[in-house]
Amino acid sequence: MNSVVWLLLIAWLLPLASFATILLGGHRFSRLGWVAGLLATGSITASFLCSLAAAATWLWQNPPLMHAQSDHHEPLLNKPHNNLSPHPAAAEIPSAGSMRVLSGVDSFGNREGYFALKESDGRLNIAQRGELPYGTSRMAGGLPSSTLNRLNLQSHDRSAKSPPGAIVGDWYTVAEFGTLRMTLGYYVDSLTILMMLMVTLVATCIHVYSFGYMREELQDVVEDPEARVDNSAQPLQRPGRFARFYQFLSLFCFSMLGLVLANNLFMIFVFWELVGICSFLLIGFYLERPSAVRAATKAFVVNRVGDFGMMVGLAALWGAGGTLAFAESSKDPGLFSRARTVYEQAVTSSAVAQEKPAKVQEPSAPPGPPGLPHRLSYTLLVLGGLGVFCGCVGKSAQFPLHVWLPDAMEGPTPVSALIHAATMVAAGVYLVARFYPVLMPEVLLFVAMVGLTSAVMAATMALVAGEIKRVLAFSTVSQLGFMMFALGIGGWVAGIFHLLTHAFFKALLFLGAGSVIHATGTGEISRLGGLCRKMPWTAVTMLVGCLAIAGAGIPLVVGLSGFHSKDAIFAQASLLALKGSPVGRLFLALAAVAAFLTAFYMFRLWYLTFVGPSRQSHLLAHAHESPAIMIYPLVILSIFAVAVGWKIPGVGWGIPEILEQARPGVGLSGIMWRWWVLPPEAESHLPYVHKVASWVAFAAGVSGFLLATMIYGLRLLDAARLRAACGWICYVLERRYFIDELYERVFVRAALLLAKSAAFADKVLIDGCAHTLARLTHRAALAEEAIDRRVVDAGFNTLGHHLFQLGLLMRRVQTGFLRQYLMLALVGTIIIFVLAHLF
Amino acid sequence: MSSITFFHYFAVACFLFVTGLFCILSKRNVIAVLLGVELVLNATNLNLVALGRFPGWQPQLAHEGQVLALFVIVLAATEAALALGIALCFYSLHRAPDLDEAQDLKG
Repeated sequence: MNSVVWLLLIAWLLPLASFATILLGGHRFSRLGWVAGLLATGSITASFLCSLAAAATWLWQNPPLMHAQSDHHEPLLNKPHNNLSPHPAAAEIPSAGSMRVLSGVDSFGNREGYFALKESDGRLNIAQRGELPYGTSRMAGGLPSSTLNRLNLQSHDRSAKSPPGAIVGDWYTVAEFGTLRMTLGYYVDSLTILMMLMVTLVATCIHVYSFGYMREELQDVVEDPEARVDNSAQPLQRPGRFARFYQFLSLFCFSMLGLVLANNLFMIFVFWELVGICSFLLIGFYLERPSAVRAATKAFVVNRVGDFGMMVGLAALWGAGGTLAFAESSKDPGLFSRARTVYEQAVTSSAVAQEKPAKVQEPSAPPGPPGLPHRLSYTLLVLGGLGVFCGCVGKSAQFPLHVWLPDAMEGPTPVSALIHAATMVAAGVYLVARFYPVLMPEVLLFVAMVGLTSAVMAATMALVAGEIKRVLAFSTVSQLGFMMFALGIGGWVAGIFHLLTHAFFKALLFLGAGSVIHATGTGEISRLGGLCRKMPWTAVTMLVGCLAIAGAGIPLVVGLSGFHSKDAIFAQASLLALKGSPVGRLFLALAAVAAFLTAFYMFRLWYLTFVGPSRQSHLLAHAHESPAIMIYPLVILSIFAVAVGWKIPGVGWGIPEILEQARPGVGLSGIMWRWWVLPPEAESHLPYVHKVASWVAFAAGVSGFLLATMIYGLRLLDAARLRAACGWICYVLERRYFIDELYERVFVRAALLLAKSAAFADKVLIDGCAHTLARLTHRAALAEEAIDRRVVDAGFNTLGHHLFQLGLLMRRVQTGFLRQYLMLALVGTIIIFVLAHLF
Repeated sequence: MSSITFFHYFAVACFLFVTGLFCILSKRNVIAVLLGVELVLNATNLNLVALGRFPGWQPQLAHEGQVLALFVIVLAATEAALALGIALCFYSLHRAPDLDEAQDLKG
């Protein structure tokens, strides 16, 4: 293991150490909650520093390359690639897979060969990088020429970038069942590094912020006004739970970091569930409130639905591929390279089949390493991909399973920030990104559609949401939809980039909302207003967050972080549209609508909260700026929300260029549908695409902002009248498209009905049987008792009675006259003698 | 002269035994009962000695009869001492040597 891995390992385990310490400390920390808080905060801060050091080391070893157009062949050839671990197993995955396919070179091919080929032949070079595994020569006959052009374009564009590959290895083997190895290991590439950095940084801010927000919990007795004891007017009193809060936060961070580091699906799944349980614990942190308990249960159950699909996906992938590991190693054939092989074969055979207009044949399974099942087929890959994505839908609260996220607002606000920014929902997007090589184009289309649906739907629902945190929750669903959409249409870097920038401004927005709630005691927008004067810091930082999420910036020049990431997504979408894909234009239009809505509802939120007349003056009177410990994280996060999308001055690269290193080889065209052709992302940087994208995004954002300003800022339009004008739309939106009601009717009621019938069966059948049995037993016992009394006892009693009577009778013989006794003895003796004489 | 046979001894012993027994059964005085007991013991002794004297009739008893008689005498002396002690106690308890008073263990 090299130093990067060591640092990340430490960064990963520190929160676990904090969790374990607080757990073992137990009741001692119930008095000394602040010690636990310091412990957790210290560990996550140290974790952040470790991640930072790891990132620095990584970037030192593998500096990202400049953007596409510059001349970049020279530095690359001279660059030492010593970051790879000496073990051949750690060789870079995509290239390993593709080399084997292309030229029969040893799949752990060495770097000298790599560069030699690269210099000598441009085409080979393309394939060698793992970007286009099947190469143009192989595909030349099969694909439409437009596709071919794109392939060429992409390959030329990105041929210079030699991805440094991932550092892969196992720390610990949990179990081995036949060929299935369950291990805890690491898969470190720039995606991992950036995610670690983001998670730990955001989590650090949230830990610090919680010191202020959760201050009440430090008291010995906390009154919870929202929880009642047996419906009495008395608020519930309970001991403060500061230490427990930090304990869960630590576990949450540990789980998320483990998820990010994981090198196989088993480990992913374990930490996936850990993240789930942590969210359950934290959403239900105020466990005396019935609403919190319901929200926590809802989140958990909805996630189970997704996880069910994920388990199906895991089973499909394992059953067919015999492995759960991502990367190829000496012991495991990696899923990535195997999926790639299958994909290549499918593409080749479909390209052949296309010449004869016949049904696309299912390609035969590729030969895998000996001892493993060879049934990994294209269909199974699609099934596995869909299954895994199903889990991501649950975790990331995408369209059919988004219902838990708005309810999850019952948890403390820092938890919401953590869930929405860094940990829980990011996990789904992260997994899609990590699992990208296995996701076939059909799956990606599904991902894109689900993402876009979520983006638009959630944005519309946010328009009418009445609570500050709920608006943010819908906005999270919407933004995650954006990410999924970007990933689904081939914008891998764009999606992840947006995930990273979103983490900062969403954490910022949530912490700002928490600050407002902390100051006023309510999150209802309708009761707030005019807080700008009272809480200047919160107002300004939240404005920064709103601008960032709306994607404010000067088109084509510079903007806040959200501007850059949203730009990247729009670039990919407009590329899709411009390339003539029939769905592309629809996608672009819908994405623009979602961006418009985003700007609108965010500014609606900001205006209603911070500007204008106060709707409830006593709230305003008591409002005050939050303590400094809550303001500092806001400021830090707002700095990041502004600047995280920028290129680092001096070196000329930023997050997208770093992410570019980890770009997985990705399928470019669907096999089932010819019209679903994913354009290569690098092409989206071309000026003519970028211009369109930028202006569309800008127009959408600005129009949303202007509309919000007109209605809520300047009040040129009357919001109430507007609302009355489209009453039923508002009603539908407020009821969240009746999806919750639908689930309530279809699933919850059905489940309850099932439960009731089960209870009925329980009562009538099982209880009946048991009761009858008990009654019979009782009867038998009574009968037995009667027998006992009347026969056995009576017998012995009679015997005893008679013996007693006999004793009484015999007693008379004992007169007490010695001489009589002696006489009797004499007589007896004589009788005996006489008898002895006679017989 | 006709020699004295075992039968003579036995007759005397029987007479002594019956006299002793009669004494025991008929007297209420403790001392008298003790006297009767002594008579019974002496009748037994006489029998033992006679059996030792005429071993033919009962060959197992050669001289053992005499030896056994000595034991019985010793035991009788012991018994007399003990019984007299008891009689004294009994007398001091009941203020009368009446054996019919001894009914403490009556059921």
